[in-house]
Amino acid sequence: MEQGNAVEASNLVKIFDDTRAVDGVSLAVPVGSIYGILGPNGAGKTTTIRMLLGIIDPDSGNRSLLGRDQPLDAASEVGYLPEERGLYPSMTAQDAIAFMGALRGLPLKEGRARAVSLVEGRGLGDWVKRPIRSFSKGMAQTVQLLGTIVHKPRLIVLDEPFSGLDAINQGKLEELIREQADSGVTVIFSTHVIAHAERLCERVAIIAKGHVAFDGRVDEARGRLRPIVRLGTRATDGPWRSAIPANARRDGAEYVFELPDGGPEPLLKALIDGGAGIETLSIERPGLHDAFVAIAGQAAAREMTGEGVMP
Amino acid sequence: MNFGKLVRSAFVVGRRDFVATVYSKTFLFFLIGPLFPLAIGMLFGGLGARAASEAPPTTVAVIGQQADFDLLQQARTRLEPLAGDRGFVVLVPVAPENDVAKQRDELLKDEGQKLLGVLDGGLFNPHFTGAVRADGTTVRQIGMFVDEAQRTRVGMPPAGQPMAVTLTDSSAGSLAEARGVTARAGQFLLFFLTVFLAGMLLSQLIEEKSNKVIEVLAAAVPIDAIFLGKLFAMLAMSLIGIAVWLSAGALAISFFTKAGIGALPTPAVGWPTYVALGFIYYTMNYLLIGSTFLGIGSQASTVREVQTLSMPVTMAQLLLFGLAQLSIGHHNSAEGLVAAAFPLSSAFTMIARAAELPEIWPHLLAIAWQLLWVALIVRLSSRLFRRAVLKSGPSFRWPWQRKATV
Repeated sequence: MEQGNAVEASNLVKIFDDTRAVDGVSLAVPVGSIYGILGPNGAGKTTTIRMLLGIIDPDSGNRSLLGRDQPLDAASEVGYLPEERGLYPSMTAQDAIAFMGALRGLPLKEGRARAVSLVEGRGLGDWVKRPIRSFSKGMAQTVQLLGTIVHKPRLIVLDEPFSGLDAINQGKLEELIREQADSGVTVIFSTHVIAHAERLCERVAIIAKGHVAFDGRVDEARGRLRPIVRLGTRATDGPWRSAIPANARRDGAEYVFELPDGGPEPLLKALIDGGAGIETLSIERPGLHDAFVAIAGQAAAREMTGEGVMP
Repeated sequence: MNFGKLVRSAFVVGRRDFVATVYSKTFLFFLIGPLFPLAIGMLFGGLGARAASEAPPTTVAVIGQQADFDLLQQARTRLEPLAGDRGFVVLVPVAPENDVAKQRDELLKDEGQKLLGVLDGGLFNPHFTGAVRADGTTVRQIGMFVDEAQRTRVGMPPAGQPMAVTLTDSSAGSLAEARGVTARAGQFLLFFLTVFLAGMLLSQLIEEKSNKVIEVLAAAVPIDAIFLGKLFAMLAMSLIGIAVWLSAGALAISFFTKAGIGALPTPAVGWPTYVALGFIYYTMNYLLIGSTFLGIGSQASTVREVQTLSMPVTMAQLLLFGLAQLSIGHHNSAEGLVAAAFPLSSAFTMIARAAELPEIWPHLLAIAWQLLWVALIVRLSSRLFRRAVLKSGPSFRWPWQRKATV
């Protein structure tokens, strides 16, 4: 493992029957970062996570988790929230959290004590001794999330953590992820909602059809695209037209095009000198969604949910 | 909803259920299910016929002169048409020694001959001693032989003395019979407990699969730990149940009988060893059959599939039980040895052996043998479990498929 990486994977392959669910995935997650794994449904995110955590073995390739080649050797330092949430309905919230901690090596007594403070900290103090079956879906999800962190792991892996949560609970979850990261915990989460990744992540991996199309900083992903210029003019024609690229498209009354190589100043000068009669002009930095489209393709972007499409 | 729509909707639902069931792997078990009752019928039919034909005859030794014995034997032959299905008591002549009382006691204890009783005193003063009921078949038959022999003996007073009867607590013959009962009871108890648990083991994983906890478990601990945890939790639970049931049974026996649990026929290895062996064999049997069923049960993903598996699994257990039954009274025969060696019937067979034969070393050997198979089957089932639960691990390939892919 390279110094400073909590998770490393190289050329992971997983084949189910005749389908290559994951086909040569490589990634590196720096210690202490918030790392997003982005991709549409069926891209191979969950299978990749399951291989990283040792739930299933890859057919080929290597992975290491917190410096261990056998992921389960690091189990006591890892917290995992699976995509398909699961709790024993008859357990109380306190017991469920303590049980999940015990699975990771935390003594039950200590787990029960921590469970009470965690549940109370989330404003669910009245529910600590109640069975999970009496909880709403959001509350049960919160309990499972608390069970994921009760043993104070160094690495937290969350598979589609925002799925099924309302906006308020999504906000609370983002807050919790930031809190964990601020305390030095490495957080990996998968999502098909780009907005969450854009708000939280320093680094992302974009997975499509079992491949990693991009692995790096969010800025780098965005940096692959030129800024977008939106221009509204009074004049319909004139010398200024030579200043904008031939492939500029019309969006209502505006021209939309990538900022030319020279940057904004030469463009602005050419427009003014050419008599464009500028009414509106904006230069927008590309969003992660735009980067995603450019990297993974329009088809993959369309498979992402509407929530992920940036305006 | 009109009738046409109702039928169409019912068809949609029914088609899904039909396809889901027929295209599941477990449906194969359902299809071959009828073969099991057939095999069981044949096995138990054979066992019944064999038990009837091979049941050891009740044997009584006659201490006395050869002439008296010949008269008794002739009387027995004359009365033969009156014998029922089980036939008459068999008489064995024994030449008298100086101390007839001592000779009688020794004969009754002789485990080689397994005599039920001894007749001495000749025809003039007949005296029967044995571990039988005073009004039982054996006493009545011996009495008939004596009466008939006395009636036909030349020069003897017509009636002679009536036959005196002394009842003893046990004889080698009665002990052998009682141990046979203990052997069958031990086997049945073991079988009953295993059958009782099998259904629960089959459905063990359905809860985790349906509420998705399995993913949480598998991410935190090795899959073998989940398998063993479930296996041993059920073992511990069943041992609590057994302790409660046996205590209740012992109390009931104490309550309803004068001698309490002391009235039960003593196994050949003695009660303490028998109970210890019973515990060990139950544990081995549970681990062998339990791990097999847990592995099979992990293949099911729905309650419906578990139900489909239940029937053949129960039948398979009956087959194992039938195989073990072959050994009772014939532990050193070929079928007895096969039943003891076959891992899944070994515990049933050996608990019966403990009731009937006193040697301990075969049990040590059997326990070592069963331990080896426990390790193998637990390992194999655990892999099956892993593949089924997490869709992980190498796919099974037949040898020719392996070659083809190399």
